[in-house]
Amino acid sequence: MPMLGPLSGQFAALQASPGIPVFPPRASTVAEGVDLLHYFLTVLTLFFTFVIFTIIFYFMIRYRRRSEDEQPPATVTHMPLEIAWTVIPTLICVVVFLWSASLYFRNANPPNAASEVIVIGKQWMWHVQHPEGVREINELHVPLGVPIKLTLTSQDVIHDFFIPAFRVKRDATPGRYSSLWFQATKTGTFHFFCAQYCGEGHAAMIGWVHVMTPDDYAAWLAGTSRGETMTQAGERLFHQYGCVTCHIADGTGRGPSLVGQFGKPQKLRDGQSLIVDETFLRRAITQPNSMPIPNYAPVMPTFQGQLNEEQILQLIAYLKSLGEEERKGKGQ
Amino acid sequence: MSAALAEAPPETRVHYLNADYGIKSWLLTTDHKRIALLYLGSVTLMFFVGGAMAVMMRIHLIDPAGALVHPDTFNKLFTMHGVIMIFFFLIPAIPAVLGNFLVPLMVGAKDLAFPRINLLSWYLYIAGASLAVYAMVSGGVDTGWTFYTPYSTSYAHSQVMATALGAFILGFSSILTGLNFIVTIHKMRAPGLTWFRMPLFLWAIYATSIIQILGTPVVATAILLVGLERLFHVGIFDPAVGGDPILFQHLFWFYSHPAVYIMILPPMGVISEIVTCFSRKKVFGYHFVAFSSMAIAVISFLVWGHHMFVTGMSVYAALIFSVLSFLVAIPSAIKVFNWTATLYQGSISYQAPMLYALGFIGLFTMGGLTGLFLASLATDVHLNGTYFIVAHFHYIMVGGAVMAYMGGIHFWWPKITGRMFPDTWARLAAAIVFIGFNLTFFPQFMLGYLGMPRRYATYPAEFQVLNVMSSAGASILGIGYLIPLVYLFWSIRYGPIAPPNPWRATGLEWQTSSPPPTQNFEIPPVVKEEAYAYGPPGSELEDAHD
Amino acid sequence: MTDAASAHSSQHPPYLAHHFTDIEQQNESGTLGMWLFLLTEIMFFGGLFASYAIYRLRYFEAFREGSHLLNVKFGAINTAVLIGSSLTMALAVRAAQLSRRKAIIAFIILTMVLGIAFIGIKLNYEWSADYHEGLIPWMGFHVESPNAAGVRLFFCFYFFMTGLHALHMVVGLGIMCVLLHMAAKGRFDGGYFAPVEITGLYWHFVDIVWIFLFPLLYLIGGRY
Repeated sequence: MPMLGPLSGQFAALQASPGIPVFPPRASTVAEGVDLLHYFLTVLTLFFTFVIFTIIFYFMIRYRRRSEDEQPPATVTHMPLEIAWTVIPTLICVVVFLWSASLYFRNANPPNAASEVIVIGKQWMWHVQHPEGVREINELHVPLGVPIKLTLTSQDVIHDFFIPAFRVKRDATPGRYSSLWFQATKTGTFHFFCAQYCGEGHAAMIGWVHVMTPDDYAAWLAGTSRGETMTQAGERLFHQYGCVTCHIADGTGRGPSLVGQFGKPQKLRDGQSLIVDETFLRRAITQPNSMPIPNYAPVMPTFQGQLNEEQILQLIAYLKSLGEEERKGKGQ
Repeated sequence: MSAALAEAPPETRVHYLNADYGIKSWLLTTDHKRIALLYLGSVTLMFFVGGAMAVMMRIHLIDPAGALVHPDTFNKLFTMHGVIMIFFFLIPAIPAVLGNFLVPLMVGAKDLAFPRINLLSWYLYIAGASLAVYAMVSGGVDTGWTFYTPYSTSYAHSQVMATALGAFILGFSSILTGLNFIVTIHKMRAPGLTWFRMPLFLWAIYATSIIQILGTPVVATAILLVGLERLFHVGIFDPAVGGDPILFQHLFWFYSHPAVYIMILPPMGVISEIVTCFSRKKVFGYHFVAFSSMAIAVISFLVWGHHMFVTGMSVYAALIFSVLSFLVAIPSAIKVFNWTATLYQGSISYQAPMLYALGFIGLFTMGGLTGLFLASLATDVHLNGTYFIVAHFHYIMVGGAVMAYMGGIHFWWPKITGRMFPDTWARLAAAIVFIGFNLTFFPQFMLGYLGMPRRYATYPAEFQVLNVMSSAGASILGIGYLIPLVYLFWSIRYGPIAPPNPWRATGLEWQTSSPPPTQNFEIPPVVKEEAYAYGPPGSELEDAHD
Repeated sequence: MTDAASAHSSQHPPYLAHHFTDIEQQNESGTLGMWLFLLTEIMFFGGLFASYAIYRLRYFEAFREGSHLLNVKFGAINTAVLIGSSLTMALAVRAAQLSRRKAIIAFIILTMVLGIAFIGIKLNYEWSADYHEGLIPWMGFHVESPNAAGVRLFFCFYFFMTGLHALHMVVGLGIMCVLLHMAAKGRFDGGYFAPVEITGLYWHFVDIVWIFLFPLLYLIGGRY
């Protein structure tokens, strides 16, 4: 097994060699950092394994039993050695932890300008919906060089959205939202997989990410037939399901006004304060009276079962857009 | 090697194997040694059942489109393989076979504290295993051994209840065994056997037993709730009615992470015994190895979240679980270094037990270090749910635990059966296992980083070469496990008679005949030396350094 | 050590198991074994308590509403009954220490009566009423409330936890039947009463679990 160094030339050569691939393509901004850490850990693992095996081999030969009655010397504790091989691995672990944690921390939060795409997993396919309204099944078209945030959920069991080339992965859990983000650095077509066992079709729940230049992407977007944008769909649902009758924009309705509420903290009746994010809104729609707020009676009906995941997300997109100009103007 | 003690041949001497005959004397025995053999038969059977499933899976995965079975069947194969290997082989094997046999002997007692509960443990094992086998033959279960909700509670149309019940019952077997060992070690040590004179195998069993009694009940709760949910559809884990599927994962992994230490601590204890004996030197850093076992038991309860890094947990929770997961690796590293240092200036011989033990040290090092990739958050995001995980845990469980189990079976075989096994065949089998194992599982690390997810019945064509390599290795590995089955059985009847202490080892179990009499010792022993008194005469009487 | 062989044959009490060296070792082992078993029970119930706590934090209003639908009067009576049965059990242990055979039998019977009373009150006054009111989640659950889903979850936990507790009580009663049989045969005296003591430990544990269950299930949000 050749020792792998972080030299891109060596890496490219490995990719080009036929037969056994070693690394997936590096197609996102985080891929190189993850690969570097992986290289380091691989070298560490192979090095220590090699060292232990070598020492064992050497001792096996050097100290092999030559006569039945030979008497080895007594074992004597050697404290400095014990301390050394406790402290050094601990230090190595601390270094690796800090390196990894800083990478993870950096990768955890999407940049503000990220364009948001909805991904809903269901047995056994992936529904993708762009904010402009374009829908895809088992495919995800994205522009190069733009941070993309995927909001993930599931309609049934736990799935997991995994794009090896981008080194990203996140569970799609029913009843809640999770998100991952990436910024593609290479055009091309890359696998995505479901990485959480979900039943018979788990291995078939795979698809392709298509990374296109921004121009090509815009052309694709324009050329693909679509219905309403997510925000438009959400607005339609807001009226269709009667939300507008209670949630009047000027605050005079039976329910609170929802304009500009997204992203703000909301105090609950029991005193705790929650941020109005996607998860909050989803809970408000499906289990409205589990979070009673001051000054309003808990009379909102639940829409659990009446709205599917896609529709809930469209409503949320609409709610996000309410008062957005105002928020954008404040430089948020 | 020539017998150190004059010894009447086993046929004329009365010992635990021939003290009584007939099926009742076995099925109603309370003799810990006979119960150990009952377990040996059962776990061996389950091992080969689980192994057969593995063989089928590896054959199936030669072809990207699946060569052997329908995807639904493949899903059932990996589920049952996991359930059987984890619950019905790895968790019981060393504690219930070697632990049952050796703990009373090593403490110098006549039996465990609760012999009838020991027998009950075996019957519970059989009940659980029967349910698992029933589930297998009546349609199978396809949830993965991890039973994640809501798939297992609301969507799976397979034998979830039977399997869950089987695992639940097995949990009680495990709890009672652990309870028995703790009480025995606390209360029944022979005069002079202080804690720090105990063999390290006892420390390992003790630490394991603590995990068993504290962790297993929580998975019992998790399984109970899954069963109730399936029966009553009440919504504990169903988000549509307010339940939380992630709660199951927390309850499940709170046990299942410590469980992996139930599976690896006893093997580590075995390694301590073998390495010291075949180097004729006291284990280097006895206290460090003993305390490392306890440290592993404690820290193991604090790291379960590392199985859930991609569920969407808070960054801060993830950081805490990550740092603790790195920490749990340190005691294991300390052990590896101490075992290696034991060889220094030793008098080393290479019979089969030692080959298995040395193989363990190397493969466990590799398997353990690959755990760092998974404790490390940034790499775990990429590697979770892929074949990297599969390779990691097989390196530890097969390259580690199973090799130690094989080493232990061979090491204590003469004590258990009164016969020696043919060492040449044994060494050959050990070498075949080592080679076959690495060929099977090393390619899987590469598959994992490339992105091949686990639990896939079909896969993209570019992963085929590595899959074929892995399957080829598996065929070699299988042969390596079949060979001992043959010669060990053969040795029971035709192997050379074993003296009480064929390896010239220290330890109370070697001070009695092979096989031991039913009451273990003709005269109850009194301990006057430190553990592993291999040093020059007089060097081990004082507790100067350790 | 030298006396071991002779001591074994001449002074071997009938209640000393062969694998123990002396009665102290046997008693200590039995007691340690029962404490360890109770530890596993704490972890078992603990998993349920932890799950309960998580859902209670999430759905406090619903859990309060569900709790108010429970019958505090009978819950309190049962608490007194169970504490009383722990008292009678402790008195049974005391009687065994003092070698009072009739008292042992009387107190064990009294403990069993109280235990049966507990279960009887639960079945007859609480659970059957719950059934008629449509509070059993899998048997015609019917609660008119905006929090219905959370109330249903509350009752899941109510029935699972009290059901598991009742199961442990039934097992305890079974063990007491065996104890009764042994006591009737005069097997216990000042030198040997470990089984009574160990059963007492188990029964006290069952009592303590109820003492946690009662306020957590019946008294949410202040009921008195």
